[in-house]
Amino acid sequence: MNITAERIKVLTTDHLTVEDKVSPSLKVIPNFAIRTEDLNVFIENHHILQDINLTIPEKSITCVIGPSGCGKTTFLRSLNRMHDETPEVKIKGKIIVDGVNIYDPGINVIDIRKKMGLLAQRPCPLPMSIFDNVAYGPRIHGIKRRKTINQTVIQYLQYVGLWDEVRGRVRSSASKLSIGQQQRLCLARGLAIEPEYVLGDEATSALDPLSTKIIEELFIKLKEKYTVILVTHTLRQARRIADHIVFMYLGKVIESGPTDEFFNNPKKQITREYLSGSFS
Amino acid sequence: MKYLEEKIFKIIMIGAAVIIMGVLIYIIGTVFYKGLPSLTWEMITRIPGGGFYLGKEGGVLNAIAGSVFIVAGALVISLIISVPLVMYINFYLPNKSFFANAIRFSLDILFGVPSIVYGAFGFALMVYMGIKASLMGGIITVAMLIMPIMMRSLDEVTRLLSRDLPDALLSLGSTKYEMTKVLLRQLMPGLTTAVLLAIGRVIGDAATVLFTTGYTDNIPSSFGQPAATLPLSIFFQLGSPVEEVQNRAYASAIILTVIILILSFSARYFSSKFSKNKI
Repeated sequence: MNITAERIKVLTTDHLTVEDKVSPSLKVIPNFAIRTEDLNVFIENHHILQDINLTIPEKSITCVIGPSGCGKTTFLRSLNRMHDETPEVKIKGKIIVDGVNIYDPGINVIDIRKKMGLLAQRPCPLPMSIFDNVAYGPRIHGIKRRKTINQTVIQYLQYVGLWDEVRGRVRSSASKLSIGQQQRLCLARGLAIEPEYVLGDEATSALDPLSTKIIEELFIKLKEKYTVILVTHTLRQARRIADHIVFMYLGKVIESGPTDEFFNNPKKQITREYLSGSFS
Repeated sequence: MKYLEEKIFKIIMIGAAVIIMGVLIYIIGTVFYKGLPSLTWEMITRIPGGGFYLGKEGGVLNAIAGSVFIVAGALVISLIISVPLVMYINFYLPNKSFFANAIRFSLDILFGVPSIVYGAFGFALMVYMGIKASLMGGIITVAMLIMPIMMRSLDEVTRLLSRDLPDALLSLGSTKYEMTKVLLRQLMPGLTTAVLLAIGRVIGDAATVLFTTGYTDNIPSSFGQPAATLPLSIFFQLGSPVEEVQNRAYASAIILTVIILILSFSARYFSSKFSKNKI
């Protein structure tokens, strides 16, 4: 009950109407927000993800860790159905988001992507001004009123702490920002479409330490309102910000659990080896 | 030994550069040396008078207008067809699509077809449809000639586009069409280059327009009328026994060169203006 109250506090009335239109039947189920059931992903003949059964708790940060090529990014991309763009990828199993399997026929891909804000590894601003970058999402999702768009843009630029830095030049090109600023801009752009989930695909790996710190702090701030799922290479980062850890190896989930438990008392031998740095 | 290799290659490279620059300067020098004295205001602003080809008064405005009309018309037609096609094979078809590769392959073949073949084909088509040599016929034939050039060069730059941007747009919930609109802005310089290549290839081409557009001393006032073109105009003037007329041919060549330069510079200017937000 107080979750709902919290939500309403942060959302504008405009957003509520849009969201209601998109998903009238979706309700927030406490405890977990995303559940995968026997998720298998094949790329051509390679079995990339094998029998993934996971629950991802809501309003918290879940970090997916594991060595390169273990399927972390593939997993993340299957959450917002980005694999739809590559026909050689086959997906079996279910991903249940807010009680609905997103791979059900009849589910609108755009609605799914709108619910999942994605922050890519390298910031990729759109070829437009800073303002238009953030306004792009609301605009394509049908918000026309100039005033609403202005408010949204300012609100999210403030949220990511970029507003004071770009206040005087929101109409200039987004490519002129530093790379750390660009990543925050991309985050603001993703948040402006009012998602419920934030997916980060090694979102700090291209950034300098200071920008990384800013983004990490933002993630911690984000979990008040959003369910955050991060793929990361850095164990230290996972330890710093995660509430839950999912450890993947060769396409399988080896172990998952709350951060403290995972790091202090890993159950599997292979997890211990990975944590001690025997392989990476 | 290593030093000698270095030296030899340096000499070869410098030699190549000197030859290219030398040839270019020689051509432009000849054109300007012979043409500049004949390049009068009258050349640009008047159509040929009676006896123009025997050294009497007049200009080549008919040819300037004809060339501009044909190139502009052909560009419009081929842009309308090329841009959607390239967007389709790059963003709508899957990555290793057989169909897309088949299109690319056929474009490569069309790319190499000589312009006289397009001219002959266009002429055959016009005979079949009962159209006389006219501005319209020229525009359609020239459009056929430049379409493969434009599609192929636009396709090349489109394929170089990183996957990050399409992914970013799709993950924001864009439809394919909304995504393509944004990507087109990013591709604007590439599109300009494609257009410039096409213009450069076609504005000096005589073979396509020889049969299809005909020749006239007047400025065409409708698509159904024949039109003059600069290359043909130069050809007819050079064929005159009168030396003054031959020099006018060089003046016409200057006009052609300057038109290409103006187009090239303005296209680059506008493209950089459009893409000021490019990443």
